[in-house]
Amino acid sequence: MITPERKVYEEDVDMVVAPATEGYVGILPHHAPLFTTLGPGEFKVKRGGVEEVLAVFGGFMDVRSDRVVVLTDAAEHAEEIDASRAQQARDRAQEVLAAGPASAADEQRARAELQRALVRLRVSEGRRRRR
Amino acid sequence: MPSERELRRRVRSIKNIQQVTRAMQLVAASKMRRAQAAVLASRPYEERLRTILNELAPYADPETSPLLARREVRRVGIVLVTTDRGLVGPMNVNLIRATLRFAQQQPAASFVAVGRKGINQLRRLRAPVTAEFPGIPDRPSSTDTNVIARVAVEEFVTGKVDELYLAFTRFVNTLRQEPTIRRLLPFVPEEEDRDDQPVLQYIFEPDPETVLNEVIPRLIEVAVFQTILESKASAFSAQMVAMRNATDAAGDLIDDLTLSANKARQSRITKEMLEIASGAEALGKG
Repeated sequence: MITPERKVYEEDVDMVVAPATEGYVGILPHHAPLFTTLGPGEFKVKRGGVEEVLAVFGGFMDVRSDRVVVLTDAAEHAEEIDASRAQQARDRAQEVLAAGPASAADEQRARAELQRALVRLRVSEGRRRRR
Repeated sequence: MPSERELRRRVRSIKNIQQVTRAMQLVAASKMRRAQAAVLASRPYEERLRTILNELAPYADPETSPLLARREVRRVGIVLVTTDRGLVGPMNVNLIRATLRFAQQQPAASFVAVGRKGINQLRRLRAPVTAEFPGIPDRPSSTDTNVIARVAVEEFVTGKVDELYLAFTRFVNTLRQEPTIRRLLPFVPEEEDRDDQPVLQYIFEPDPETVLNEVIPRLIEVAVFQTILESKASAFSAQMVAMRNATDAAGDLIDDLTLSANKARQSRITKEMLEIASGAEALGKG
């Protein structure tokens, strides 16, 4: 999994579950070649019975029988997420939406912000639950 | 030969200059490290995206993807990426020279100028400039560079230019930066080892058209972003080297001048001694 800033994740894994724009898809080894766009969401990786969750925000996934390449604008490991900041971002976005945004662009920005915050919260909460 | 006092005065002023160049060298060095790290970190992303697009290209239909459209070339657009400030050695001069030479070989060319050095030079030459982007931050985000990509793509899609090139200084290492001109649009897949690789039967989600119409613009944005990062890393490397050379040259000059001043001092003392000695001799004789 690569972003323009860094290589986020590179491991031998048993399975991934990715947030494609059309819904979550699970990929096992020897999957048929697939190319799909990703939405913001939880990206799950299973490796030796352990599940790891990352947050991804858009991008593409290239699936081959023996590898999965994810190119995304941004991705975060669960432990990198600042849950309180995500909460603040969620509250702020919800306030903007509740107050009625000034323009369509504002509304769109707030919705995107809200969605990102929700993904971050889900990913970081999931981590705490498992511990 | 200048007087001893004059020499000492020059040594002092060169020491001041040396302090300034050394400070600039250190600043450039720290910015350079950051910029180099950024450019190296983002290269794999761009390369991977390019590979993927190469693989997907057979599925593309130039009719529905305007960014793949090949037309007869009547006019090219060149995005020229220079620095805002000087003191980067011959970097900007070399790039502008290479770009102008390239432009002359084209039937016609118009420019999108990024960085004040290029903007000023193109203005002086009265070259056709469609857009100017001065003041790109030292640590650019993709928001800063996507505007440039948008303008450039607009030029191509509206048919104002038939091909679009990026002219920038590619970062090789601290001592080497290369003026580079690279075609951005239309996107033409590289032909290499295409035959021996069977085209994979890809499944596309949602469908090939939607996917390609997202991947191609994204690649353009990333390519422009990468170009800016390359330029920044090159600029700070060139600046660091230029300032280090200046600091070293100032040091040599100080050594030379100090030597001359010491020689002047010594010959003055010798002269005075001679005068005293001959004076004493004259007195003794009388």
